[in-house]
Amino acid sequence: MLAVLLGAVLAGITVGPAGIGPGQVINELLGAGLAGRPSTLSSIQQAIIWEIRLPRVALGGLVGGLLSLAGASYQGVFRNPLADPYLLGVAAGGGLGATVVIALVPGAGSSLLPLAAFVGASVAVALTYAVGRSMGGRSAVSLILAGVAVAAFFTAVQTYILQRNADTIRQVYSWILGLLATTGWREVLVLVPYAVVCGAGLVLHRRLLDVMSVGDEEVDSLGISALRVRTTVVVLATLATAAAVAVSGLIGFVGIVIPHTIRLLVGVSYRSLIPISAVAGAAFLILADLAARTVASPAELPIGVITAFVGAPFFMVVLRTSRRYVA
Amino acid sequence: MRGKHLLQLLLAALLLVAGACGGETQDTTTQPETTAAPTSPTTQATTTTAATTTTASPTTTAAEPTTTAAPTTTEAPTTTTTVAPTTSTTEAPAFPVTVAGVVIPERPAAIVSLSPTATEMLFAVGAGDQVIAVDEFSNYPPEAPVTELSGFRPNLEAIAAYGPDLVVMSGNPEEIASGLEALGIPVLIHEAALSLDDAYRQMRQTGAATGHSGAAEQLVASIQDEIAGLVDRYADPGLGLTFYHEISDTFFSATSSTFIGTVYGLFGLENIADAADPDGYGYPQLSAEYILEADPDIIFYGCAIWCGTSADSISERPGWDELQAVRNGYLFEVDDDISSRWGPRLIEFVRLIGQTLQTLSEAG
Repeated sequence: MLAVLLGAVLAGITVGPAGIGPGQVINELLGAGLAGRPSTLSSIQQAIIWEIRLPRVALGGLVGGLLSLAGASYQGVFRNPLADPYLLGVAAGGGLGATVVIALVPGAGSSLLPLAAFVGASVAVALTYAVGRSMGGRSAVSLILAGVAVAAFFTAVQTYILQRNADTIRQVYSWILGLLATTGWREVLVLVPYAVVCGAGLVLHRRLLDVMSVGDEEVDSLGISALRVRTTVVVLATLATAAAVAVSGLIGFVGIVIPHTIRLLVGVSYRSLIPISAVAGAAFLILADLAARTVASPAELPIGVITAFVGAPFFMVVLRTSRRYVA
Repeated sequence: MRGKHLLQLLLAALLLVAGACGGETQDTTTQPETTAAPTSPTTQATTTTAATTTTASPTTTAAEPTTTAAPTTTEAPTTTTTVAPTTSTTEAPAFPVTVAGVVIPERPAAIVSLSPTATEMLFAVGAGDQVIAVDEFSNYPPEAPVTELSGFRPNLEAIAAYGPDLVVMSGNPEEIASGLEALGIPVLIHEAALSLDDAYRQMRQTGAATGHSGAAEQLVASIQDEIAGLVDRYADPGLGLTFYHEISDTFFSATSSTFIGTVYGLFGLENIADAADPDGYGYPQLSAEYILEADPDIIFYGCAIWCGTSADSISERPGWDELQAVRNGYLFEVDDDISSRWGPRLIEFVRLIGQTLQTLSEAG
């Protein structure tokens, strides 16, 4: 899987609307970048590689990794193969949080957005979980239905705010569309701390998720509070989703497509599922962004279109094969 | 006036109910029209052709005679406030007029504009006194009576409550025109202009529909004259300068097939967005990589108000400090509102480009 990621990274850096050959790019990266030899490219070509493609690949990798990591963790903690940052309403909540900040706090910096998105996302996931439980315990369907309802409500509130604040529509829309188009190193740096904390935290909990898949009692029998494990994992996964959503906009289906594919490949154990999902999610989004940049080149497609295009049909197949969980 | 108000509201409600019950509302157009405007003997059946209004260019020539029929409008186009109410009686014989397929029975005294461009045109041709309400985005001229009305999601009842005798709007969002016409309110629809000629035609239509044909003609002539002068002075295709016009900070641009692009085309500038729009949609979103590789000589940024774009923020974008335009400081702000409207202030847009080219040629 690491080889796939490496391949995706290389493809992400070498392919793009600007006609720079793969050889030139590798020479630039290894020769000029690592060995410090003088560059053979023009200053514009250098800028394209170092300031545009590299940060985009880095951000795509981080966002994809965080989203699928969060998806896998939600699935473990809710014992529900359909749990996904989007289906649980997390993304809609994050979107509302960010919209409120954009609309009501003029000139809010991009560093405030992840925090606002986190607050909105936390409220949404708490609401989804509470409503889902009250509807009938652990049924997968009730949780998903609750998530749909919560997401619809949050989206409605967001639309209302946008209607009342016509002048912020443009800013919010360009954010919602899920574009990595304007990405630079600054966005990457904003995301790195969240990625490190959430990534490390969730990976450290992977064994407990395995135990939890058997039952809460098993976790408690280890002398660890199942409630605390569950809360910690949900908080970390929500923070991961919110941070990703805040810098990249709404990118759907990564959190459900990737963990499911990996589950089919390596089995259901969270010990391997969690880290491999993160790596695979990173590779997937880097490739999706590559497609977004090149399919309609030199114009740009929203990356959310690409992920949904691949993800939605996939999700239907998953629904079909996972009937035994749902029923 | 209030009675008319109530009557129209009542009719609107009735028609809505009738529509909901599956009744064909189209044929009933003439009925409210005669009640709302009893002095119109020539209510032709052409009022409902909302979709075809813009392409019906022959009708503008049909409306031309109103120019000669109303020689009383001898004021300069800018002296809007001096148009005394008495002129309406002297211009009255010009009505009814048919403008772009829409019959306007008498000189409108209560105009609602749902389009910022239309609002600017109305005031520029001297019909400002007749305008009673404009949509929320019509922020120019300052004396325009701005309301909460929305031009994007128009609300039939809210518009009808003003009791207008003419509604001017951009496009036909939510098919609102048929609802207004069912109330007997003539609707003049301006589609987004694709060329300068579109803009001039709409200015003339605005003049003809409001009883200010002469002023509209003068307005068009003065804009044409000034543009010709500016182009004569500054256009130099030999320079071969390339430019990037930024509509939003997510790199949406406008190609030469759009109204914005047409204006740049007057000066022989080469648009880097053209290559990015093979389907001719007109407003492609470019990638940063593409813009960097195209390396335009000049950047016009048209989202200073709405996106907060500035020369500094452009220079700080990753990699953009390598661009010729940034290195030379050839970053020019285009007022969002002016570049996105094809009204009388279009001349300011043209002037800005002319002045920019002058600055560049002086800089060598």
